[in-house]
Amino acid sequence: MNQWKNFSKGFFKENAVFTLLLGMCPTLGVTSSAINGLGMGLATTFVLIMANLVVSLVKDFIPDKVRIPAFIVIIATFVTIVEMVMQAYVPALFDALGLFIPLIVVNCVVLGRAEAFASKNNVGSSIIDGAGMGLGFTMALVMLGSIRELLGSGFLFGLPVYPEEYGMLVFVLAPGAFIALGYLIAIINRFKRA
Amino acid sequence: MTYFLIIISAIFVNNIVLAQFLGICPFLGVSKRISTGIGMTGAVTFVMVIATIVTWFIQNYILIPFSVTYLQTISFILVIAALVQLVEIVLKKVSPPLYQALGVFLPLITTNCAILGVAIMTVSKDFNIVEAVVFSMASAIGFGLALITFAGIREQLDLMNIPKGMQGAPIALVVAGILALAFMGFAGMV
Repeated sequence: MNQWKNFSKGFFKENAVFTLLLGMCPTLGVTSSAINGLGMGLATTFVLIMANLVVSLVKDFIPDKVRIPAFIVIIATFVTIVEMVMQAYVPALFDALGLFIPLIVVNCVVLGRAEAFASKNNVGSSIIDGAGMGLGFTMALVMLGSIRELLGSGFLFGLPVYPEEYGMLVFVLAPGAFIALGYLIAIINRFKRA
Repeated sequence: MTYFLIIISAIFVNNIVLAQFLGICPFLGVSKRISTGIGMTGAVTFVMVIATIVTWFIQNYILIPFSVTYLQTISFILVIAALVQLVEIVLKKVSPPLYQALGVFLPLITTNCAILGVAIMTVSKDFNIVEAVVFSMASAIGFGLALITFAGIREQLDLMNIPKGMQGAPIALVVAGILALAFMGFAGMV
């Protein structure tokens, strides 16, 4: 397969959030600001690339019947690494993301790519697939995070854009996450059809 | 009184789906009909309570005494995956009617982040075993309440005339947002 196509499919055609509706929990849960979305996206990208790499290396040694538990152990290993590294070097982000860091383990995007792509393809393609999917996921999180932060508090990446008292607080809170994502997907559907 | 507070807080104030964003996949995926919503709620309640009890004992009698708490994520997810398989096998033998009702939903539960999320929350809140059981059961009820309400609304939505771009996921998400707005009315109660 053309490697550029393999990389770029994660951004638009097969975007995990907008098209496949996978990984909704972190998408909605951590995007109260653009920075949180970026941190979560990059953490997931790292796990995706490493899990794809290892799964594509060991795929021939894993019996078919136990492959899902084996994939979960591989993924959980890298999630634990991410958890410890973030706790040590970016404690503020670690506290902001909280519960959602260990929950990368059950993010359907990661297991989905291991099962659907890495277990059938060679190492190089798997790494590129993981990077494309992960960065596409990151893009979606940053988009949603920017919209919510801008509408909700008047900030963008922590920089003031307009006075805070004009912000609609609901977009930073839980209901705003659902509503903003709903309209974002509707707009993207509109462009996809055209 | 503390148990009462835990229950009210887990069902209404900090609803696991609408306030904490856990278990969104089944919330959006199996909410097209009320009957499937009820089946999923049953399966989630069952697995969530058992998983919370088992992971509580693992945390307090294995991970903490041997000071290997960094293995929490990996051990919890393995236990939950194994437990779901076990529950499936036992139910099939012991209670075929219950297996018939819950069977199709059980495999989906391994990747339901609500189960792992509640197990980790129970541990991080330092609950004792009784509080852990109460908390997990109340969380599951909160999940069911949100899921069944949402399914009821979506059944009505099928009859509506919705603009093309909004059909499917977008309108479902907006409805969930309005539902979350309603649940925000409980904020500050506890």
